Amino acid sequence: MNRFFAFVKKEFYHILRDRRTLLILFGLPFVQVLLFGFALTNEIKNARIAILDLDHSQHSRQIISRLLSSGYFRLEQQLDSYKAIEPAFRKGKVKMVVVFPARFTAAVAHDQRAQIQLLADASEQNTAISLTNYATNIIQSYSAELNPAGMNPPMQLDVQSRMVFNPELKGAFVFVPGVMAMVLLLVSALMTSVTIAREKETGTMEVLMVSPLTQIQILFGKVLPYLLLSFLNGCMIIVLGIHLLGIPLNGSLALLLAETLLFIFLALSIGILISTIADTQLVAMFASLLIMLMPTIFLSGFIFPVESMPKPLQIISNIIPAKYFIAIVKGIMIKGVGLQYLWKETLVLAGMSTLINAVSLRNLKTRLG
Amino acid sequence: MDKAVSTDKLTKRFGDFVATNEITFDVAQGEIFGFLGANGAGKTTAIRMLCGLLKPTSGSATIAGFDVYRQTEQIKQVIGYMSQRFSLYEDLTVRENIRFYGGIYGLPKTELRRKADEIIQTLELGTVADKLVASLPLGWKQRLAFSVALVHDPRIVFLDEPTGGVDPITRRQFWDMIYEAANRGTTIFVTTHYMDEAEYCNRVSIMVDGRIKALDTPAAMKQAFGVDSMDGVFQILARGTSTK
Repeated sequence: MNRFFAFVKKEFYHILRDRRTLLILFGLPFVQVLLFGFALTNEIKNARIAILDLDHSQHSRQIISRLLSSGYFRLEQQLDSYKAIEPAFRKGKVKMVVVFPARFTAAVAHDQRAQIQLLADASEQNTAISLTNYATNIIQSYSAELNPAGMNPPMQLDVQSRMVFNPELKGAFVFVPGVMAMVLLLVSALMTSVTIAREKETGTMEVLMVSPLTQIQILFGKVLPYLLLSFLNGCMIIVLGIHLLGIPLNGSLALLLAETLLFIFLALSIGILISTIADTQLVAMFASLLIMLMPTIFLSGFIFPVESMPKPLQIISNIIPAKYFIAIVKGIMIKGVGLQYLWKETLVLAGMSTLINAVSLRNLKTRLG
Repeated sequence: MDKAVSTDKLTKRFGDFVATNEITFDVAQGEIFGFLGANGAGKTTAIRMLCGLLKPTSGSATIAGFDVYRQTEQIKQVIGYMSQRFSLYEDLTVRENIRFYGGIYGLPKTELRRKADEIIQTLELGTVADKLVASLPLGWKQRLAFSVALVHDPRIVFLDEPTGGVDPITRRQFWDMIYEAANRGTTIFVTTHYMDEAEYCNRVSIMVDGRIKALDTPAAMKQAFGVDSMDGVFQILARGTSTK
């Protein structure tokens, strides 16, 4: 056992003396959380809009004041004709234009239905969709108020959208579990595979193999420090998410930490698997980035929803570990559900770890010849 | 005589390729044994089998009396190993390297401290004991790597081209260390490319295409082949040509 601790102590020397790596280890989650939580969010505040009011009625003024007091929109420009719309968009400042046609009030009075046009700058499609959704909601709630029970609504805008769990479309709710999965994978899989490959490259692995340390001791000695660091990292992201981004923790903290440990264990297993194949740090790094990081970002549902992918990609997404972890974290933190709803995902992660470790062990054995 | 290494028709095949072909030799305890051969002659495969890293295909071998098939754990405890790449951790200090390698061989704490002090004093590394190994000159690293390979007082130490890339004066100093270790009773099993180093060995073997073509003292070998240097012997055996 003392031999093992001598080994683990050495690993900590490596980690603590490599300032750059240490900076990445603890700086990365900070930057990622801030970046995805604030900068890259889907949530919209004070989007600049323009208004073309050809009606100048009480209705139009009411709706405009509701839109502008919602906090989502800020009036950039009052337009006076349809011709002014295109230039307004071209300048790029305006994200959406709200148009009240000339006979708006008359249409409300006579036909019981009228049109409000929402034109959104679809070069930023996510923003466009969100903005029209917000505006539609505000307009519909106004029309509902005008409507005595049983009558046709005066203004018909058939938009069906219902958002559960995240009614305010908070971007952070979606991104933080994804960032967590990504950072943990990066730290665990990448760092372990690189540190093992480094020993092969410098020739120290030979000496370790000739020493009385067993292979299992060497692997665990490599992995243990990163298990601790990754877990610390995971906790840090959870704390940042809750206190900085206001994500709720509706479920059990103990369960969340246990699932995080399971995911870290899986990521470390992947790191070991890569290192049994890769002989140099460069290969280990590229293998980690290509087969782990890219699919995690694109196929786990982290940035693009799995439901909107083409069928083949949807099938591939089933082997991406992060997909299950993201589902688990969302389930625990936002929906507040327990293991009775998440046992399937948990089982998949545990199964993947077992499988990967079995393959690694086989690889190691064949290496010994 | 006490045998440090003893092999009998030791063979390793990789598919159809025979890397080492029925090699048979003995190395006595305390001997400096030179293991020569061109690149690809099978030296590394042989060493890996003797260190317990590779299972032989057939034949037998014992290291300090332990069987290479069944007693690899005991073998690991009594051998030391140093490669051309010196195998030190550059981001650890001199003292930490010594204590790490001592630690993985299970030396107790007090012994670790004593060993570290002793090595640092012998190598006159007092001023750099707490500096990172990365900052040391190559020759110092080499001597430190050798001392570290001996930190657990192994009965046999395998040196795989230990003097690669070092200047002649440093090589000479390194061989002084090898002699000292041999005088204390450690068996030295060394591979090298430098034929002048072969002259320093008690006995040498020359491997060609997986087989041991010659095994004797350098003097006897030179006489048998009628040349005046080990280089001449090597040219005749390894390349099938004479330098004369």
